[in-house]
Amino acid sequence: MTDVQGYDDTSGTDAAGTSRRRFLTYLMAAPTLAVAVQYGLLDGVADAVVPTQPQQAENFDLGDFLILAGKPTEDQLIVIEVDKAGKVHCALPREEVGQGITTAVAMLIAEEMDVPLANVTVTLAPGRPELMYNQLTGGSNTMRSVYAPTRTAAAATKARLLAAGAQRTGVPISRLQLRAGLVVGEGHSIPIGDLTQAAASPTLAMGAVEVKDPSAFTLVGRPQNRKDARAMVTGQLKYTNDLEPVPGLLRAMVRRPPTINGTVKAIVNEAAIKKMPGVRALAIIPTGVAVLADTFGQALDAKEALEVTWNAGTVDAEDNASILDTLKAVNAPLGPALGDAVEGEFDFAFVNHAPMETNTAIADIKATGGTVWAGMKSPIVAAQFIEDDLGLPRGSVTAVVTQGGGSFGRRLFFDGALEAARISKAVGKPVKLMWTRVDDMRHGRARAASHHLVRATLAGGDVVRFEHHVASVETDFRHGLGEIMTANGAAFGDPALIPISAGGAATFSQSVFGSTIKSPYNFGPTTQMLNEANLPMHTGSFRSVYSANTRGAEEIIVDEIAKALGKDPVAFRIEYAKDPRYAAVIKKCGELGAWGTKLPSGFAQGFGFHAEYKSCTACLVEIDARDPKKPRVTKAAIVGDYGLPINPRGLESQLLGGLTDAISTTLRAGLHIDKGLALEGSYSQFHFARQKDAPREVKIHIMPATTGEPGGAGELGLPSAVGAVANAYARATGTKPRRFPIIFPVDFTPFTKGTGSTRVQPR
Amino acid sequence: MPKYSFTLNGKTVQVDAPGDLSVLWALRDKLGVTGPKYGCGINVCKACTSHLNGKAFNPCVTDLRDVAGKDVTTIEGLAKGDQLHPVQEAWLEQDVAQCGFCQPGQIMAAVALLKRTSNPTDEDIDAIENVCRCGSYFRIREAIKAAAAKMATPVAGPAAGGPSVPDVAPGQLPATGPGVATAAAGAAALAAAAATRLLRDADETEA
Repeated sequence: MTDVQGYDDTSGTDAAGTSRRRFLTYLMAAPTLAVAVQYGLLDGVADAVVPTQPQQAENFDLGDFLILAGKPTEDQLIVIEVDKAGKVHCALPREEVGQGITTAVAMLIAEEMDVPLANVTVTLAPGRPELMYNQLTGGSNTMRSVYAPTRTAAAATKARLLAAGAQRTGVPISRLQLRAGLVVGEGHSIPIGDLTQAAASPTLAMGAVEVKDPSAFTLVGRPQNRKDARAMVTGQLKYTNDLEPVPGLLRAMVRRPPTINGTVKAIVNEAAIKKMPGVRALAIIPTGVAVLADTFGQALDAKEALEVTWNAGTVDAEDNASILDTLKAVNAPLGPALGDAVEGEFDFAFVNHAPMETNTAIADIKATGGTVWAGMKSPIVAAQFIEDDLGLPRGSVTAVVTQGGGSFGRRLFFDGALEAARISKAVGKPVKLMWTRVDDMRHGRARAASHHLVRATLAGGDVVRFEHHVASVETDFRHGLGEIMTANGAAFGDPALIPISAGGAATFSQSVFGSTIKSPYNFGPTTQMLNEANLPMHTGSFRSVYSANTRGAEEIIVDEIAKALGKDPVAFRIEYAKDPRYAAVIKKCGELGAWGTKLPSGFAQGFGFHAEYKSCTACLVEIDARDPKKPRVTKAAIVGDYGLPINPRGLESQLLGGLTDAISTTLRAGLHIDKGLALEGSYSQFHFARQKDAPREVKIHIMPATTGEPGGAGELGLPSAVGAVANAYARATGTKPRRFPIIFPVDFTPFTKGTGSTRVQPR
Repeated sequence: MPKYSFTLNGKTVQVDAPGDLSVLWALRDKLGVTGPKYGCGINVCKACTSHLNGKAFNPCVTDLRDVAGKDVTTIEGLAKGDQLHPVQEAWLEQDVAQCGFCQPGQIMAAVALLKRTSNPTDEDIDAIENVCRCGSYFRIREAIKAAAAKMATPVAGPAAGGPSVPDVAPGQLPATGPGVATAAAGAAALAAAAATRLLRDADETEA
């Protein structure tokens, strides 16, 4: 048995800062929390490698920053209610978009309170402005940020129920227990629902509030299926578009410009449109012309029949080639190599988030304020922004958070809610807004295109220096920390949405880059830097933000370094891993996926590794690239170490999702910007993977607890899989992939720009 | 406004709307049946997949007038009261859904596939085009295989008569290729005849 301090000593690479942070975290979580994991150096870990100085993301990552920002309101974050039927409720101030956080939080509550999981219901809280910087769902931070507060709140609730039981029975608290929703002891058995009133008394004599030692967990850490799955498979789960929270909701669609950020000059045929079946109103808004009708089908017909003249947009002359030129121009050159070098220049295209549920929102805005309903990961700033935009007083708009149909970063922003609110105010009626797929793909946000210069310098059979200069179109972080002050600080100005605010944006981007990007290898002095090109386009964080491209490119170079040094890529990664946890995961994944299996010509294995947010993962894929234009990943093996896994079943889901994202964006899915707008308009053109592109065999292994604190989960799986897929393709085809997606022709007839037409489908 | 009448999940419904209104919006905006989702409107994401007279169809590209007098089943009509369809049960057991938005369509597509062939090959499953942006494809595959086994199992056994010709629709014959049958799919094959019977029963119940 050893404690965390001992673990850090064993690893020999982490600085003292890590220990201090963990100590603070533990103190917050519970004085009794302890971790019992024995670490030894793995075979294959050499000590001759050139160590890398600790990087920022190792000592203080984005998640730590978000947790710190939430500290002042942490005691208000989780509110647990027990009703008279003994059911436990918690309205979680985070957004569920498929990560399984409501199930994981229910598990924490059931574990800590000793009530059946079936009796715990976790819903989504509306925007709670008093939480300030503590209602942002991003940075893979939900379970990291709610783990301690949820357990503490649940333990306090349990302590109150036990105290009430003691009061009722006369038995001392120390001789009572909570078991399966009953307070039991000395022959008594009282359902907790019968004790709620007494337990709520402010004068109740309380016992100590102690959270469980994780070694006593019986639910947390064991695979659990999603609690909301039955509602999903029966069609009963209500997404925003399925809700009718107020009567008389008009269906709204927006006719959008032929270029990004173009604005309306004039409507040519307003009278004719208003005569169309079901059409109720038109309104010019900053993003186009809103059409309101009885059904979305009718709104769509009218939107397509509209004739509108447009003013120019903000990037009308830009296409993928011109944007690449800009990125190359802003990227800092690497300078002359000081010895043997392995180098690569990489390009990644724009990628649409493409969640299945397009931007959708309901708004009911009156003269004095109102309500918006949408899947929102930053509901506080959404409401504040809408208040400012519509000239309404602070606190007058309520943001109701609905479960979202996917996000992948998209719902950090509230574009739909803002637009619905503008339309509702303009027409004076409650509205339900839906973006068409074409609009969502062309005018919705996307992962920014990026350009990468990577170099490893070799000397004496070793890597002695590692450099990576990233140039990216600026990523929009104007959601800030989910609250208006930091959102303004992150503003870079977009005439269609937000008034230009000076400064702040570059600082915010650099902070995110510096607090998420690190090299997991001892490659000597390591430089990773971000250079941004400010193009007023609709961007936003995409799953794993900078890591998918940045670390993905690095994993490709890692394979090339190993080859230059005559080493096996998996053994090489183990040898250079900064942390024994990393080495263990790499080794386990190699075993799980049978690394080194002899395969026929045209088939190959590929390997990738990634560490972020206190977690790490390795991915091994097998690819069939006998036809290099039609590759298929046929098998995958993935291993994840999450420090303290809460729901391994959910973690497997997230890794599977990351793998599919990687297969898609590495091989075939990207956007062609052409004269200021993406050509891709639907899934028939933006080639996100389908069943025929997905592996038929996937093995996933979640490591048992290693650190005692949950690491990030949602974004982890993508960058390693990008490396694995690209490396497998490289090995199978004998090429060096440098531009992504690898197979990227315009193999479709684009929809006519500016019409938003989707009725006729060129395939 | 014209009126169109059809059977929806076992009940006769009437809609007052233009005949060229797509069934998706008739269902969602006129009838309040929201299981079928909008994902593209042009039949390329398949999130709205439902059944018309027992076969998969996509309401987003089907005009209201074309379902008049016919039998429409959406995800809401798949379970018999609280008794889930074996495909829904398999979806729960495999914990398929992440965001869940595409899953009604995925399930309806899987049910339609299993009606055509009780023992689908990997190639058959590959042919399902429904997009899952969360990337749950592998679990969907496993759930379809588990459902096939589940639908075969109740009357499976040596007495079931052994392998027989599966109920495969024309054009749905498994492609030859390096497909590897799983244990689950193999078990299903043993009871293909029984499964076919069960599926036909299901067809009749739903019709």
